[in-house]
Amino acid sequence: MSERLTVAKTYKLYVGGAFPRSESGRSYPVQDAKGAFLANAAQASRKDVRDAVVAARKALGGWSRATAYNRGQVLYRVAELLEGRREQFVAELGASEGLAAKRAQSIVDLVVDRWVWYAGWADKIATVLGAANPVAGPYFSFSVPEPTGVVGVLAPQSSSLLGLVSVVAPVIATGNTAVVVASQDRPLPAITLSEVLATSDVPGGVVNVLTGRTAELAPWLASHADVNALDLTGAPEATTTELERAAAGTVKRVLRAGAAEPDWTVAPDVKRLRAFLETKTVWHPKGT
Amino acid sequence: MAAPSPANTGLPPALADATRDETSLRRFLHGLPGVDQVGVEQRAAGLATRSIKKAAKLWAIDTAIGMVDLTTLEGADTAGKVRSLCAKGRRPDPERPEVPRVAAICVYPDMVTTAVEALGDSGIHVASVATAFPSGRSSMPVKIADTELAVAAGADEVDMVIDRGAFLSGRYGRVFDEIVTIKHACGDAHLKVILETGELATYDNVRRASWLAMLAGADFIKTSTGKVSPAATLPVTHVMLQAVRDWHTATGTRVGVKPAGGIRTTKDAIRYLVAVHEVAGPEWLNPDLFRFGASSLLNDLLMQRRAQLDGHYSGPDYVTVD
Repeated sequence: MSERLTVAKTYKLYVGGAFPRSESGRSYPVQDAKGAFLANAAQASRKDVRDAVVAARKALGGWSRATAYNRGQVLYRVAELLEGRREQFVAELGASEGLAAKRAQSIVDLVVDRWVWYAGWADKIATVLGAANPVAGPYFSFSVPEPTGVVGVLAPQSSSLLGLVSVVAPVIATGNTAVVVASQDRPLPAITLSEVLATSDVPGGVVNVLTGRTAELAPWLASHADVNALDLTGAPEATTTELERAAAGTVKRVLRAGAAEPDWTVAPDVKRLRAFLETKTVWHPKGT
Repeated sequence: MAAPSPANTGLPPALADATRDETSLRRFLHGLPGVDQVGVEQRAAGLATRSIKKAAKLWAIDTAIGMVDLTTLEGADTAGKVRSLCAKGRRPDPERPEVPRVAAICVYPDMVTTAVEALGDSGIHVASVATAFPSGRSSMPVKIADTELAVAAGADEVDMVIDRGAFLSGRYGRVFDEIVTIKHACGDAHLKVILETGELATYDNVRRASWLAMLAGADFIKTSTGKVSPAATLPVTHVMLQAVRDWHTATGTRVGVKPAGGIRTTKDAIRYLVAVHEVAGPEWLNPDLFRFGASSLLNDLLMQRRAQLDGHYSGPDYVTVD
C-alpha cells in the first residue's frame, strides 16, 4: 500500500459566526517555526475588514445588553471547549512557535486559566470600577462602567495563543465586540480559537477573526468610522504613529503597545479590562 | 367593464382593441408571451455581477439618491417624524450640501398636508399611498375618497394598490376599471400602480399585471407595498422593465418603474441601475422614470458616498437615525 497523503488545509476567516473565504479570494502559506509548510490561511482584504466591522456592530447590541453574569457563563463555557481542544492547541503551538511539547502543554494550561480568570471578571468589574459618588447636593450620584463598542484588536505577533487570548478575552468580557487581526505568521491557533468560539455559546459577530497582512489591514481598521477603539498590541512598530493618527480622525480610544511584546505568562491585572470601558455617571435627585 | 377611458385614446389599434371589453382584455393578457423563469433569473444574476467602481460608483450613488422616494408608512408615524423626514429629503447630508435632493417623500394620506408644508417650494414631490393601502380590501367609494383626500391635501403622486384578489381570480376587467377610476380621481397627480408582486406568484402574472396597469393609464408601475415579503427582487423588476420598454416600442410613451421594499444597500441599488440601463434603456435613468421606494437605503447611500470621498469607511453614527 502506498504512503498516505496528508491533507493540506486552506483555512478561512471567521466573520459574523460564519467561516467565509476572503472577499479577495487570496490565501497565503503558513510556515512552522523551521520554515516547513503547515497550511494555507485566508489573506483578508479591506472589504473583509468592513464586513467584520458590520458583523461586530450588529452583535454589539445583544452582547453588551446581556447581563454580566450571563456573559461570564458564556465565557466559562468557552474555557471548557478550549480544554477539549487541548491536543490540537498543543500541536499547533509546537509547530508555530517551535515549542517543546512540555512547554506547549504549560502554555495551553495558562491559556485556559487566563480565559477563566477574565470570565470571572465579567460580573465583578462593575463593582471595582463603578462607584457611588459622595456629592455635595441632594443627589444620589453613581458611576458604572459601560463597554466602548466595537474594538479593533491587532493581536500579538509572536505569542499566537496566550497573547491572543490575553488581548481578546478582556475585550469581550466587558461587553465589547471585537474585530481581531491574528498574528500574521502564526495564525493557526487563532483559527482554532475561532472554531472553538463558533461551537460555543458566544453569539456570532462578537469575535471576528481575520488572518492576513497586519500592515495591510490595520490602517483600514484604524480609520474606520464605525470602530470605537483600537488595540495596537500587534501593530508593526514602524506603523503605530500613523495608525494613531488615523484613529484620532474618528476619536477612537487607542491602547498603545510597548516597544517589545510583553511577557504574557505574567499574571495580568485589570488594566486591559479597564482600557475598553467608559464610565457613565448618573445624578439622581433625592429627598424632598 | 367601462368604455375606454380618455387615458387610452390614441393607443395603437391592437392595444385599444384589448381594452374594449373583459373578454378581449383577457385574450390580450393571456396572449402575452410567457416569461422564461430560468432565463430572467439568470440574466438578472448576470447583470448583478457588474463591477461599478470609483467615479462611476460616485455617479451611480448620486443618481440613486436623486431617485429615492423617501418613505415612512408606519402606524406610528407622527407629524414630527414626517417633518424630519422632509428635512432629510431636502438636504440628505447636511455636511455636504452638494448631495442631490431625493425625488419624493412618500407618506399616508393624512400626513400629506404636513409633508407639503415642510417641503415648501423645494421641488420635492409628495407621494401618498391610497386605495386602502396596503391590502386594497375596501369598497370603490372608499378607495376614491382615499385618493381624493390625498390629492386635495396636495399630493402630486398617488401610489395605489391593485385588488390582487380580483386579479388572481381572473377578473381583469374589475382591476382595469379600478385603475381607470383612480386615475380619474387623481386629476393631474401622477399615478403609480402597486402590483404587489410578492402576491402574484408567477412572472407571467407580473407581466400581465404590468400591461394591465399601463393599458389602464398608469404613469408608473411599482413592485410592492413593502409590507409583504418578498418585496422587490431583481428578476421581478426585470420583467417590469421589459414591459415598459415594450410599451414604449408599441405606443411611444414611457412609463416609469419603481421597485420598493427590501432595497437596503448601495450595492443593491447599483444593481437595479445596471438593470434599468440594460433592460429598459438609458432614458429610464431619470427620476421621472425610475424611483426607489426605500427608507433605510438613503443612509447606506450616504455612508458609501462618504467612504468614496473620505477614503475610509463611515458608520451609522454619522447619519441621521430615522
